[in-house]
Parts: sequence; structure tokens; C-alpha cells
Amino acid sequence: MLQEFFSTTVLIGILASGIRLATPYLYAAIGETIGQRSGVLNLGVDGIMLMGAFSAFYVVFRTENLFLGLIVAMIVGGLMGLAMAFISVTMHAEQGISGIGVYLFGLGMSDLLFQKLVNNVETVQGFPEIHIRYLSDIPYIGEIFFQHNILVYLAYLLVPIVGFILNKTTFGLKIRAVGENPQAADTLGVNVALVRYITVTVGGVFSGIAGASLSIALLNVFQQNLTTGLGFIAIALVYFGGWRPLYVMAGSLIFSFVNALQVWVQVLGIPIPSDIAVMMPYLLTIIVLVLSAQRARQPSALSKPYMRSG
Amino acid sequence: MRNYVNSLIDGLFPLFATLAALAVGAVMLLLLGANPLVGFGALLQGAFGSPNAWADTAVKATPLLLVGLGICIAFRSGVINIGGEGQMIMGALASISLGLSFPSAPGIIIVPLALILGFVAGAIWGGIPGFLKARFNVNEILSTIMMNVIAVQFMNMLLRGVLIDQNQLGAAKIPQTARLSTAFDLPRLVPTRLHLGILLAVLLAFLVYYFLWRTTVGYKIRAVGLNRFASRYAGIKVEQYMVLSLLLSGAFSGLAGAVQVYGVTHFMITDGTAAGFTGSAGFNGIVAALFGQLHPLGTIPASFLFGALLVGANQMQRATQVPAALITALNGLVVVFVVSSEIYRQQRVRRRAIAEMKKQEALASQTKG
Repeated sequence: MLQEFFSTTVLIGILASGIRLATPYLYAAIGETIGQRSGVLNLGVDGIMLMGAFSAFYVVFRTENLFLGLIVAMIVGGLMGLAMAFISVTMHAEQGISGIGVYLFGLGMSDLLFQKLVNNVETVQGFPEIHIRYLSDIPYIGEIFFQHNILVYLAYLLVPIVGFILNKTTFGLKIRAVGENPQAADTLGVNVALVRYITVTVGGVFSGIAGASLSIALLNVFQQNLTTGLGFIAIALVYFGGWRPLYVMAGSLIFSFVNALQVWVQVLGIPIPSDIAVMMPYLLTIIVLVLSAQRARQPSALSKPYMRSG
Repeated sequence: MRNYVNSLIDGLFPLFATLAALAVGAVMLLLLGANPLVGFGALLQGAFGSPNAWADTAVKATPLLLVGLGICIAFRSGVINIGGEGQMIMGALASISLGLSFPSAPGIIIVPLALILGFVAGAIWGGIPGFLKARFNVNEILSTIMMNVIAVQFMNMLLRGVLIDQNQLGAAKIPQTARLSTAFDLPRLVPTRLHLGILLAVLLAFLVYYFLWRTTVGYKIRAVGLNRFASRYAGIKVEQYMVLSLLLSGAFSGLAGAVQVYGVTHFMITDGTAAGFTGSAGFNGIVAALFGQLHPLGTIPASFLFGALLVGANQMQRATQVPAALITALNGLVVVFVVSSEIYRQQRVRRRAIAEMKKQEALASQTKG
């Protein structure tokens, strides 16, 4: 049985599905990274993802237009991000708790709309796999890396882009300054509130895409609580990655590989109780949090509302 | 007198926040083609329309109150416990294991022991994130969320395995336990579904109030929440108190799970999710506690309010065809509105403090002169 497990088909399967499954985590976690670097902890990611997943699904279900579905998910996600920005920046609300409010809202609202507008197990035709010419024909490598749908490719493309923006551009510098020392940034003429509004809204857009990647690219269905807490894992991955996009990606990949491994363990009937197998990625996340909490330093102003003292 | 009025107004802020959320709910009902008056009327009818409805509301309020009490302790010490769901599950599992293991033991022994066991199991499940926070600086929001998922899988494993009803083994293998002996049912108070748990929860609310405001340990827990650095400077072992408050917080959620099993369900079944057992009480308890201004006594009416919303939602669904999920969405809005209105409450407090200081100064200069 173990020999079967280590056959090339299985290994390729694990690697390919690990790369694919990391997609929603990547979008959500990269979006959250941008927000947290500017000092805002958005715990509502899962709720935003659910709303994004539903709206994308519904639009595609009605119109069969995948890109329209994606755009609507981005808009819905952006609006919810904007709401979170208003709550945390303008209203100075406690971010850990208001995020739970946003989560509950998204959880209830997506369920409500689904029951009211669809209320059936329906599937849609999601984004098709794109086999990249020549590259996808390379043995093994092609199957692992170059036979995915467009949202998968875009997710990985996003990582260096966001990394570049954060680290090499003036706007990235402003984001980091606002997250580390908003007082100082303010004195130098950086509009703290504006920067945070932008980062949290963009984070919301990414969460919307993350939801859409589930409902119109990977699973192609919608149901109540489709994400099952995936957004919260994404937040943990931000901590794991020490707020650096490249490391966040590494975390998402490790998490997804373990998840894919776990699925294969069950498919092959290896005698590990399936519940323990499902537990593994979460246990691993806790262990990794323990290890990474020592070395990573979070943005100093994270989850602290900024008020000009007068 | 003036102080009294002021604190009354402070206490009204969550009410305004809820009214705002309900107003949004009314608009949503309109958009969904339902008459808000009919919808909210049905909601009230469902929650309070009959003795049975009252009882169901109280039954729904019980886990919210118990979880909410734990949330009061945790949030007062400045740690955020989002692990109520998992802690409830662990409390339920521990307590039901005891009852299933000794089916012919007298209830008077088993029931108190089972509740204590649930309390302890929840404490352990909440204490682990507390320890990780104190020792390794692991963010407790994240670790409690992870612990939720692990608890769900643990429940699924036990209900499919050692705890499964023997009758299910040959048959459909539905992951559920046998029913607990009827001797272990929490006593019913009146001929409804109302059980002793609600009295226990209210009693504990007073106890938690006493604990937080009238004991040294409670004082230190609040001090740590108000100012971690000043507390450390004053010689309070901050980490120790953060662990303690997460531990206690988990304990109350664990108790909520145990009470749910012995008072309401009398067996456990899993649909694979946490909400399948908890009905999201681990989250809604946070809403209730916030609404009660993180005050144990304020959490009592708050729990009843949200219990009523949850019970009434089903009636509303029948009357208007609007899914009960609307209430989950509204709960989210209540949280958002309550924490957002906090800034105005704080401004009021600050303004009062400044006015008070000026008065004192004026008095001092008079006596000098």
C-alpha cells in the first residue's frame, strides 16, 4: 500500500492539487497581508469570501458569463472591504471583534441570498483548465504546474506583484509606514486614513476573488458556509508568513500540500482515521504559529486605530 | 443621581445599535418582498407568543449566556476568545462520555459530575491557546479558531468511533450516540422544554459578577485588560492572568456544551460541522456579551434578546418566506454597530472625566485661597 502511495501518479496528483488548492488561500492571505501591513486586522475575510463566492456563483448561474461573475465578486468584496475600512478607520472600532461581525454578516447574508435566489444544489461550468502550450507537455512538470485554470495562474502572479508594490514603490513605503508608525507617517504628510481605506478595500477585493475561485473555478457549486472557515486559515497564514508575500505563499502551499496529502491518504485507504487526517493541517498551523511567533515581528500598529491626539 | 443617568445612557448605546440593525433588517425584508411589520410581528410571536415560546427562548438563551459569561472574563482581561464553538464541543463530549459510561448510576451523582467534567474540558481547550499566548506569544484569535476545527474533527471521530450508538453499527452508521439515560435529564422547570440550566446560568452570572468586581483575582484580570503595562509595573503577573481568563472563558463554554447535552439534546449527532451541534452559540455568545457591555449581569437580558431573535426567526421564515439566516446577518450587524458606537460612549466618558477634574481643580484652588 505504501509503495502505491509513493508512485509517481500519486505524487504528481498531490503536487498538482496542492498547487490548485492553495489558490483561495493565496488570494485571501495576500489581500489580508496588504491590510495588515497598513495596521488593520480584518477578521471578516471568511464572510467576505462567502459573499464573493455566492455573488460570482449566482451571476454565472444566471448569465454563464465567468468574467462578469468574477467582476461582481470583486465589487462585492471591495464594498465589504470598504465597510470594514469605515468601521475600523473612521469609527475606530475594535478590529478583532468587528471582524467577527463582518464574518457573521457574510455568513448569514450569503446563506439568505442563496436560499432565496437559488435554493437548490446547482453546479455551474467554471473556469476551464488552460494547458499552456509546450510547457504543459513537459513530463511531470507540465502536469503539476501548467494545467490549471486562469485564477490559479493569476494567484501566483499576484505574489511577486504585491511583494514589489509593498517593498519597492512609494505607495508600499507609505503602507508600511502607516502600519509601523502612523504618528510619524502623519507628520510627514501621509494620509493615514486614506492609505488604510485603500489597503483594506483592496484586501476585500482579493477576498472576493478568493471566494469566486472556490465557487466558479475549483468547486463550481455554492452551499451554506461553503468556505468552512478557510478565510480564518488565510489570516493564520499571514502570521505564518511574517507579513511577507513570498513566505505567505510558501505557507499557503505547505498547508495545501498537507491537505492534498490528507485527501490522497483517504482515497488510498491508508488506515489513518479520516478525521485525524483532516485535523492535520490545522494542528500543523498551530505548531507553525508557535514556531513563527518567536521570530516574526508584526506591524507595530497592527489592530490599533489611529487617532490624532489633540 | 447624575452618575446613574449617565450610566443608564451608556447602557442604552447597544440598544440604539440593535435598533439600527433592525432598521437595516426591515429594509432587507422590504427588498426581499416581505412586509417588515409582518416579519417582525411573526418574530415576536414566535419568541414570546405562548408559554412554550417563552420557554424555547430561555432554552436558546442558556448557552448564549454561559458562553457570554466566559467572553466577559476573557475580553475584560484583553484576550479575545473566538474558540467558544470548539470549547462547547469538548465540554459536551467529555460530559456525554461520562453519562454513557455509567448508564445505571444515580443521576444525582452523574449529572453534577458531568457538568463539572464539561467545565474542565472547556477549560483545557481554552487553556491551551492561553498557554500558547503566554509562553510562545501565539495570537489567541488564530489559535482558538484552529482549536475549533480540531474539536469538530475530534467530535466526528468519537461519534463515528467509540461513542457511536451500538444500534447504528449494523445499520446506517449515522454518527450519533445513544440517548443518555432519562435519569440524567436536567430537571424540567414547568411542563415545557425549559430546564434547570437557565437557573444555573443566571446564578453563575451573579457569581461571575462577584468574581470580577469583588475579588482580588477578578480585579487583577480587569486591571490586565485595562492596561497591561501598568499592571506589569504594579507587579501583576500579566501572562498568568491572561491564561487564567482564557481558561475560565473556555470553561464556561464547555459548561454550555454540557448543559446543552444534558438539558436539551440528550444525545449527540454530527453533520460534520461545529454549528450542527452548537447552533453557532459559540459566536452568538460573543454577540450577547458585547451587547451586555461585557458585564455579566448585562449579558443576562442580552442573551434573552438574542435567544428570542433565534427562536422567532423560524416563525418569521414561515410567515414571510424569508430564510432564518437573516438573523445571523443581523447579529453580525449588531456586533459591528455596537463596537462602532463604542467611540461615542468613550468620548462621553472622557468628557465627563475632564469636567470632573476641572471641578476638583476649582475646589482645590478655592480651599487654597
